[in-house]
Amino acid sequence: MRLLGFITVVLLGGLLFHLSLDFPDLGDASSPAATHVSPYYIEHTMEDTSVPNIVTAVLADYRGYDTLFETAVIFSAGLACFFLMRISERTAPKARFYRHLPTGLTLRIEKGGKIPEDTREFERIDSVWVPYDVIITMTCRLVVPFIQLFALYVIAHGHHSPGGGFQGGVIFGAAIILYAISNNLRRTLRRMSERMSALFGSVGVIIYGGTGMLCLLLGAGFLDYRGMASLLGVDPVSARSYSILIVETGVGLAVTAVMVWIYYNLSSAGKQDEGL
Amino acid sequence: MESLATFILTKYNYWAVIILLVIGLYAMIAKKNLVKKIIGMNIFQTAIILFYVSIGTKRGATLPIIEHAHGDSAHAVHAADYINPLPHVLMLTAIVVSVATLGVALALAMKIHAQYGTLEEDEIQEKIMESEPGSTSTSG
Amino acid sequence: MIWQLDLIILLIVIICGIAAISIRDLLGAAIMFGAYSFMMCLLWSIMGAVDVSFTEASVGAGVSTVFFVAAVFRTTRRTRD
Repeated sequence: MRLLGFITVVLLGGLLFHLSLDFPDLGDASSPAATHVSPYYIEHTMEDTSVPNIVTAVLADYRGYDTLFETAVIFSAGLACFFLMRISERTAPKARFYRHLPTGLTLRIEKGGKIPEDTREFERIDSVWVPYDVIITMTCRLVVPFIQLFALYVIAHGHHSPGGGFQGGVIFGAAIILYAISNNLRRTLRRMSERMSALFGSVGVIIYGGTGMLCLLLGAGFLDYRGMASLLGVDPVSARSYSILIVETGVGLAVTAVMVWIYYNLSSAGKQDEGL
Repeated sequence: MESLATFILTKYNYWAVIILLVIGLYAMIAKKNLVKKIIGMNIFQTAIILFYVSIGTKRGATLPIIEHAHGDSAHAVHAADYINPLPHVLMLTAIVVSVATLGVALALAMKIHAQYGTLEEDEIQEKIMESEPGSTSTSG
Repeated sequence: MIWQLDLIILLIVIICGIAAISIRDLLGAAIMFGAYSFMMCLLWSIMGAVDVSFTEASVGAGVSTVFFVAAVFRTTRRTRD
């Protein structure tokens, strides 16, 4: 099987090499990819939308329909992970582990006994427990707010610098995942529960689709942002710039929620009680 | 010799893409572990993204962010000064779709491990054929 | 686009790709995949695709590697090939 696979891929590689002799040269400014539609985008972005970052303008304005369905694809991937893996706990675990906070001792209670959940002195820890590490917990607790602030900056500054909705959303999700890795998964679930992340995911897609429908209701075409000029009170060129910001916020919200949701389901194998 | 050097210099990106495609496809076909197959799928996807990005380069041009855009009155923008932004837009979608596919593929692999206890493809096939006696067997 | 830097990073990318599928420890393969992803991000930065490289740095070298490590943590770490 390996030899057959090796011969097949080497033959395919040879065929592709023979095809690559006909490709346009690297860096050629007159290749077919650079001469038909993209000069229009490069030359008319500033006067149509007043957004200097051409990639953001094309992604959210000229080709906004693709981005709407891409956001829907991300949300449905989070939904698919949820349907595949999520199980609810039906049987009690064999032993529970608790840490006594003032002294740092760990307790192990067997056969279904448990300490009530609202006590201040005992905290439940994972069954694959690692020793309590002050340095990692405190450092990550100091760093996470700055990562989130940077993520919001990347979303908001996507008009003038590289960035935009996706990048900022993934960085925000990574900040929450960092909090979940350094502390418990249970503490993260208390702050951002699974229901909230599913809700944010769908709210992000609704913001994007809702902006398109709003443009339709105000008289322009679907996702034609010039119709938002009467609602926002500015001229059509600035209306396109502001609508790109609204749409990117929706995308960032959806991506954040889905990254966190997939992490919850993967790292706890569906049970969502303890994780990495 | 001069033409050979220019010939290599204008096409080496495409050859690197072909090598990466071959590596990714070999991992998907010939490896028996499920996680190695998923890694091969991701290598394949990023090689395709490299192909599209290397189509969009232009010699002597700058990033696709328009310069001197603050406060200036509109001055002429030439398309030959900026690299082609259209492949970048398509590839942003491709990267995010690849991470979505990765999440679902890993969830499937974890479910298979929970059911059969192993991630190797030949052991899984043995366990399936043991539990269904009399089913038609495939070769290999 | 400096072609010397391009060639060196392409060589590192191909070596990382071959290593990611040949290491027998699944955790090591996940980490090599993170390194491969980050080298690709550098390559696209050199070619001028800054938005794509930003996304790949946060998605490939960040979240994708965490997903792999979480999946390896919940299943097995050893493999025969």
